[in-house]
Amino acid sequence: MRRRENRTLFLMVVPAISVGAAFFLLPLARLAVVGATGPLGPQAYLAVVTTPQYLEALLSTVVLSVAVTATTLVIAGIAGVFLERNRFLGREALLSMLTLPLAFPGVVIGFMVIMLAGRTGLIGELTALLGVGRLVFAYSMAGLFAGYLYFSIPRVILTIMAAAEKLDPALEEAAKSLGAGPWRVVRDVILPALAPALIASGAICFATSMGAFGTAFTLATDIKVLPIVIYTEFTLLANIAMAAALSIVLGVITWATLAASRAVAGATAAAAG
Amino acid sequence: MGRTRNFYLQLGFTLLVCAFLILPVLMSIVAGFTENFFIGVKSGLTLRWIVVVWDLYAPTIFRSMYIALALILTYGGFRDFRTSWMFILVGHVLYTLPFMVRSVLAVLSSFDFRILEESAASLGAGFRRRFLGIVVPNARSGIVAGSLTVVTLSIGEFNLTWMLHTPETMTLPVGLADSYASMRLEIGSAYTLVFFVMIIPLLIALQRYGTQRIKKVGRA
Repeated sequence: MRRRENRTLFLMVVPAISVGAAFFLLPLARLAVVGATGPLGPQAYLAVVTTPQYLEALLSTVVLSVAVTATTLVIAGIAGVFLERNRFLGREALLSMLTLPLAFPGVVIGFMVIMLAGRTGLIGELTALLGVGRLVFAYSMAGLFAGYLYFSIPRVILTIMAAAEKLDPALEEAAKSLGAGPWRVVRDVILPALAPALIASGAICFATSMGAFGTAFTLATDIKVLPIVIYTEFTLLANIAMAAALSIVLGVITWATLAASRAVAGATAAAAG
Repeated sequence: MGRTRNFYLQLGFTLLVCAFLILPVLMSIVAGFTENFFIGVKSGLTLRWIVVVWDLYAPTIFRSMYIALALILTYGGFRDFRTSWMFILVGHVLYTLPFMVRSVLAVLSSFDFRILEESAASLGAGFRRRFLGIVVPNARSGIVAGSLTVVTLSIGEFNLTWMLHTPETMTLPVGLADSYASMRLEIGSAYTLVFFVMIIPLLIALQRYGTQRIKKVGRA
């Protein structure tokens, strides 16, 4: 009975596994092979760090993603805890507005950045009014930074809110009654309790910023971030082996970040429990 | 009710974040209706750009919808699709599958369906009967919420579709990118407006369904 049950259950995952294997694992393996069989051979993977052009793209993508992740965690952390803690008129409306951009594709987010910081953008108009000249930064790293923030903030707010819901108010009360100031409570009670959520959502934020393509594609195809470099190698230069090697490196970095965060956040959660 | 200074500081901060997210959306809606965005709203309002977008991109606007719906309706039966269609479809399935799994799992783990299943099994229900009679109905809210997520994601998916598309399989975000790259700002805005009109009802349905589910689970 038990064994038959297991077999039926196994049969039910077969479609998911076979689609996954045929359209994900096999192409991925092929990609790894293609990366190693170009004119450079397996050296192509080395070229990612030895060629200044690729190394620069890799480093600037990592720096950009780290900056986006840190900023998003601060902004979404404050807003998320606030929204979870307080009930006030218009909270629901505010929440729906904050989560509206969840469904925007990268290209649309790129366009939103153009609206904010483009040549006729809101920020440019404001700075022109203030008499400090028209500030236009949509088509640069700063624009990309704004776009990735725009993409990440709604997602992280939702995660933080879900985690903040489980915070035990008694712990805070205890800290306060022992004479802890608000900063002390944030540092010693709220932040440690939110740590797993912060680590997990931070890792996802980092991984999506590393691989995001649509936003960068809309803003300018000459911003040197890794996904754009891969795209240029592939479509314009027909350097397919190099594109494959770069993709594998990008994939390994994001996968490793996610895996590490899972290990750390899991350990923290266990320790807290 | 005593609101502290701290409350207003945080509220102000959250409102600023909200402005960062919403103002560009509003601007792009206005731009889609404006005669000349460089001059501003005083140049007059018009439906011209919407009409232009409609003429240029009407098929692409709905193609995303087809793919998204096809995804859900024909999981498994792709026979009616041309090969190129299948490529994009498979890509979208791979990309959206985890979201569906996560949504269904969340519902299933919120109650103990094993006990229900066991009691049905002890009454002699076979696997098929238990699956269709217990697991599927109980997971229904998860399946509906997952489906809405899948449609939303599939409509908005760009990266993969961009790499795989041919002029005939161009979907909405690919059309968006195309209009941003080659058209006036007003046309890009009008196209974005069409995107909003399609996506917002889905989002509202998703939010409503999501909160309903939480309430239901809370009651149980």
